[in-house]
Formats: sequence, C-alpha cells, structure tokens
Amino acid sequence: MNHLHIALWGVLPYLVLTLFAAGAAWRYHYDRFGFTTRSSQLHEHRLLAVGGPLFHYGLLFVIAGHVVGLLIPETLTERLRVSESLYHANALLVGGTAGLATVTGLGILLYRRLRVPAVRAATSRGDRAVYPLLATVLLAGLTATATGVGHHSYDYRRGVSIWFRSLFTLDPDVPAMAHAPLVYRIHALLAMVLFALWPFSRLVHAFTAPVGYLTRPYVVYRSRTPAPRR
Amino acid sequence: MPRHRPRSPRVMAQVAMVMNLDKCIGCHTCSVTCKQTWTNRSGTEYVWFNNVETRPGQGYPRGYEDQDTWKGGWHLKGGRLVPRTGGRARRLARLFANPELPRLDDYYQPWTYDYDTLTTAPLGDDVPTAPPRSLIDGRPTAVTWGPNWDDDLGGGPEHLAGDPVLARMSEKVRLEYEQAFMFYLPRICEHCLNPSCVAVCPSGAMYKRIEDGIVLVDQDRCRGWRMCVSGCPYKKVYFNHRSGKAEKCTLCYPRIEAGEPTVCSETCVGRLRYLGVVLYDPDKVGEAAATPDEKDLYEAQLGCFLDPEDPAVARAAADSGIPHDWIEAARRSPVHALISRYRVALPLHPEYRTMPMVWYVPPLSPVVDALTATGHDGEDPVNLFGAIDSLRIPLGYLAELFTAGDPGPVEAALCRLAAMRSHMRRINLGEERDPAIAAAVGLDQDGIEAMYRLLALAKYEERYVIPTSYTATPGGHAAMDSCSLDGDGLPGMMPYDDAGTFHAPLSPEPAAAGSGLAGRLNLLNWNGRGRPAGLFPKRNEDTR
Repeated sequence: MNHLHIALWGVLPYLVLTLFAAGAAWRYHYDRFGFTTRSSQLHEHRLLAVGGPLFHYGLLFVIAGHVVGLLIPETLTERLRVSESLYHANALLVGGTAGLATVTGLGILLYRRLRVPAVRAATSRGDRAVYPLLATVLLAGLTATATGVGHHSYDYRRGVSIWFRSLFTLDPDVPAMAHAPLVYRIHALLAMVLFALWPFSRLVHAFTAPVGYLTRPYVVYRSRTPAPRR
Repeated sequence: MPRHRPRSPRVMAQVAMVMNLDKCIGCHTCSVTCKQTWTNRSGTEYVWFNNVETRPGQGYPRGYEDQDTWKGGWHLKGGRLVPRTGGRARRLARLFANPELPRLDDYYQPWTYDYDTLTTAPLGDDVPTAPPRSLIDGRPTAVTWGPNWDDDLGGGPEHLAGDPVLARMSEKVRLEYEQAFMFYLPRICEHCLNPSCVAVCPSGAMYKRIEDGIVLVDQDRCRGWRMCVSGCPYKKVYFNHRSGKAEKCTLCYPRIEAGEPTVCSETCVGRLRYLGVVLYDPDKVGEAAATPDEKDLYEAQLGCFLDPEDPAVARAAADSGIPHDWIEAARRSPVHALISRYRVALPLHPEYRTMPMVWYVPPLSPVVDALTATGHDGEDPVNLFGAIDSLRIPLGYLAELFTAGDPGPVEAALCRLAAMRSHMRRINLGEERDPAIAAAVGLDQDGIEAMYRLLALAKYEERYVIPTSYTATPGGHAAMDSCSLDGDGLPGMMPYDDAGTFHAPLSPEPAAAGSGLAGRLNLLNWNGRGRPAGLFPKRNEDTR
C-alpha cells in the first residue's frame, strides 16, 4: 500500500510533468499544423453559443481557484487576516459557481457532440478519450468542493495543497496526499491522466491562447522570403 | 520595409486584378478550375475560392453583403477605423462562440449521391435512383440549396428579395429590376490594402505579403478561432471543418511568383480578367480608409495609387526595395491602365473600407440591349449617353455595388465604354472618325483605341503582365525554377491521406449510412496517383 502511495503521489506526478512538457514540445515541433480548436461551430451554433462560453469561462475561474487554493499557503492568508470561514465560504461560493458553470457547459457540449449528427461525425478518437475524462475530473472536483460544506470537513489546504507545493521542492510529501479523502485522490489522479493526454489531444489549443492580439497592430505584414533559420 | 532615405515616400507593390463584367457569360469555368486546383479536399466541400454569382441575387454565402448581420469590414468609431465586429477586447471575449459566423446552411450543405444503389439494387419494377447523402454526416439528406442555386435569376422573386443590395433600393426599382438587367459577378479574395480579416485574426496567422500584397493564412499558425470568416466582408475566408483551419484564395501565388496568371484567369474563356502590378503609398492607406463619407472612398483609394511613369515614383520605388522589373511591369500594367488611366474599373463595395484590390469594369451590354429593344440604335453615341443616364435602375444598382451608392463614377465609366463602342463602330463601318466622341468622355482617339485593344482584343501578354518574384539570395533564381509549394511541409495545406506525413488524426470520413459506400474512396479526394484502397468496390466472392 505504501509503495502504491509513493508511486502515485511521489513518482507519477514527475512522469506526468515530463510527458506534459516533452509531449507539448514534441507536438509543437512536429505538428504545429495540429494546434487548432477544431471548432465545430460551422455544424451547430445554437448550443455552442451557450455551452462554449459557459464551459470555457467557468474553466478559467476554476483554474484561478486552483492557483489560489494550491499555491497560496494558509499562513499568507492568515497574515492578511482572511478568516478561515470567510476563505472557505468564498471558495465554496465562487469555486462552486464556477465549477457548476463549467460542468453545465460541458454537459451542453457533450449533449451536442452526441446528438447533433454533423458534430458527432466530426469527433476524433482523441475526443472520445478526452471528453469522458474531462467530465469525470470535473465531477470529482465538484464533489470535493461540495464535501467541504460542513464545519469539520477535510481542509485541503492542510493536505492536498501541501503535497502539491512539495512537488516543486522535489521533496514530495506523500502522506499529505495519501491521507486525503478518496474523492480528492480520484480528482488528482484523473487530473494527472488528463495532463498526460493533454499534448496529444485537441486540448493543446489552450497553449495558444491569443494574448498577443491585445498589443499587436491590426494589419500584419510578412515578407515572402522566410526568415533565416536560427 | 527598410527605409533607406527618410525623405522619399514609401512605395509598395500589389498584384491586383480587374474583371471586365461586360464579357462574363457566367460559365463558371473559373470556379470549377479553381475548385479542382485548391478546394477539392474533404473539409472544403462547400468552399469556392472563386465563385460567380448572378446579379441581382443573394450571392455566396447567401446575403453576405448584409453587414448589419455579418459585421464584416471596418467602420468609423469616433473617427477611428475599427473592425465592425468590434475591437480587440470584444474579439477575445467572443473567442468561444463567434456570434457572427455564417452557418453551413448560409453557404450550402454539401452532398453526394449514393450511386451504388444504381448498380446493386435488386431486380424490380422501379428504376433504381441515387438518393442524395450529406457529405457532412453521411446521412440521407434533402437538397434544398447548392452552389449557384439562384443562377440566372433561377428561383424567381422570392430569392431576389434576399439580395441586400436590392434591399437598399426603392420599391419601384425592386419590382422593375429583373426585367431590366442581369449580369454575372465573378468574385475571388480582394487581397485588400487594408484587410479586415487580417486585423481580426487573434493568432496573427493571417498576413499581407510585403512583396506582392497577397493576403495569406499561415496554416501552421492558424488556431481555428474563425474570426477571419466574420471579419471579411466579402466572406472569402473559409473554415475547413476537417482540419480546423481557415483557408482562402491565395491568388495562386505559386503561379504568380513564376510569372503566370492565376488558374481562374488562365482558364477564363471570356478573357475578361487582367492581372498586373499597382504601386501604392502604404502610408496613405489608413487615412484613405478612414475617409468620413463612404462615397469618397473610391476617390480616396485612387489617391493611394502611384503613377509608375512618374520618375520620382520610380525612384522612390527603387529606394523601397522594389525590383526594377516590377517597376517596369507596373508601367505596362493593364490593371493600372484600367483603374487609373482610363478610369473604367471600379472597386467592389468600397464602403467596407478594406481598400479591395480586385476591381470591375461595369457592364454596359445590358444598357445597349435595353436600348435596342426599345427600337433605338443601341450604339449611337447620342442615344447611348442619354440611356446610361436615364436607365436609373442599373445605374443605381451598380453604384451600390461599386461606389457606395454614388452614380457619378459608374456613369462616367459606362460613358467611356459607350464612347469606345461608338468610336470603333465608325472605324468598322468605314466612316470618318469623330474626335468629339472621345473628347466627350475626357479621352483622345489614341487613348480610346488603346483601351479598345486592351478591353476588346485582350491579348494574353497584355492581359497578364506579371513580373516573376525576385529572390535576393546569392546565386538565386530559386523561385523561378520550381513551384514554391514544392518541398517538405509546404504549402501547409492539408495533405492528402498519404501515409508518411505526421499530422493530428483527422476526424474519420463520415460513412454513408445505409449504403454500400462505406469503405469506398471519395473520388473528390483522390490525388490521381496509384490505386488506393476503396477505389473499386470489393469483389463479391459469392457471385463468382
């Protein structure tokens, strides 16, 4: 059992991280053409107009919530005099709303993918692996958030977060994660699978968020002669 | 562009096109040859880089000119030029569902026929049919719209009502229009000087080439955000639904680089297309596109063009790095002649403020026909000049297309064409030339005869004056020896399903449900080489 814990929470994260980084680099080098949203809006637009933004915007908030919950240690919020109850109420309210929006959005998108023939026909093998996984990770995460309602519930900031931060100091705190409730462990494990699949699926389009557009001049000029190879 | 001397103005070159609408017979040869060359792949079934639409008509995609719906092009917001779909922040906010993207139905649902039933149907009393199947999901479908569905005014008034240009005209005009006038409008990408598709691309994948002004999509940088589709007011950027990338007319740049005309021009049986170099001042473009009154946009764009005969322009062009043979080609450019010298070519929808670079000589023939039908001599200059003015219906419609509603330039162009007809008729009939005819439209006799040579005789070498691309690499005529699409990884367009190239697995070809087409090759996607699996039906062992 102990070996399994070490493998899951001490070794696997590094394997996943390596695969994630190396896979993304490999894909970017060899298949830049494959970096696309593979949008199916041309086939169906009504459901997408609701589901797409709901899912993506919800997800942005969910990611922000994870950054706050996992990276900011409890001592910092204490020093800022954010009370424990306020913090958790906030996490539950904002995190729960964002999570619900994301799950609802994904539900609409999944319904659309299954029930609209044109969209269904445009579904790739990668999609078939990623969609159920994404849904399970989201539902597990939402369940974990929901179980944080009670007073004596599990405080992930004293377990999961410590494990997560310890990964980056190359000294993984395996027990901190091994003692977390099952739903947290499922969430973390499936998330790792998701990250491992990430570079090889359509999820790579997240890497190409067009932030540079905000500062770019409108019209782009390029020379016919390609820039010299570095 | 490097600025060698700060004082001389910057000059850029643009390969531009003019189409003489008088000669278009609507045969769609340009569309078909273009499609066979560029968009005969799955994912682009509905895509026509070149299409020919009947006017009046809805066009392709249906009603694309209605910018209140599609928000293509630019508009002025507090005097500043902003894409009509909104600025940068609004574009990014709509990344996850683009509200202004046309549906596939606005183009048409591509389909094929289940030809297999013709040969495999069991013996019976009924003649077997080939029922239509959707090329998108493979299911049985009803064909309700297709390419050129309303060709030659087919479908009647209910389809005409969908013409956004006609909708802007008065009720009386709308009722009389279809008896008065009909012509064809071939359309490709406009390769605009101020391209709004480029402006709304969040990834920066779309660009305008410095050397020849061709607007292209970098397939390796396109991420499928599909903003360009809405951003282009002419709806000439398309979304490949299998590769998830935007694709558009490339002005056949591999041919242009080799000094050859585009496929649509080369195969045009009416010889109505002209290709040539136009020199322009890029620093004037922004200001010209922001001209407050839409009706002044035509003149403003003319003001951006530079006269290659002017030695100062030639010097500035050389300073800007434009090769000598390009400046030479600009002097002989038929496009420059038709646009600036004779002023018979007009831009399509200048009110979109994109500064389009495919211009049109408006059609005079319908006016002559209408005049002849009323018992007049259709080529008599007096009758003809009068008729152009009095036939308000076509003039108003053409003005909505070419000059944002200002009939002046259209009338002037038609009068020049009419003067050319009258002048040349006198020559053909052996009558004495009348210098007054040419003078009436601001030309001299030599000018009108040169224009006749260019428009009516339209010799190949005079229609297409395309300098080859200049490569500054040492020892290099590399660009001329080979097609620029040769080589690994080029052109970045979706490869055929050959093994050996790594690309993300595309979605499977939709199987034709309930038919024997499953496992068969779609001939549209066959590159003609070898004998791929599924080219022939499987041999039925039982029958042997």
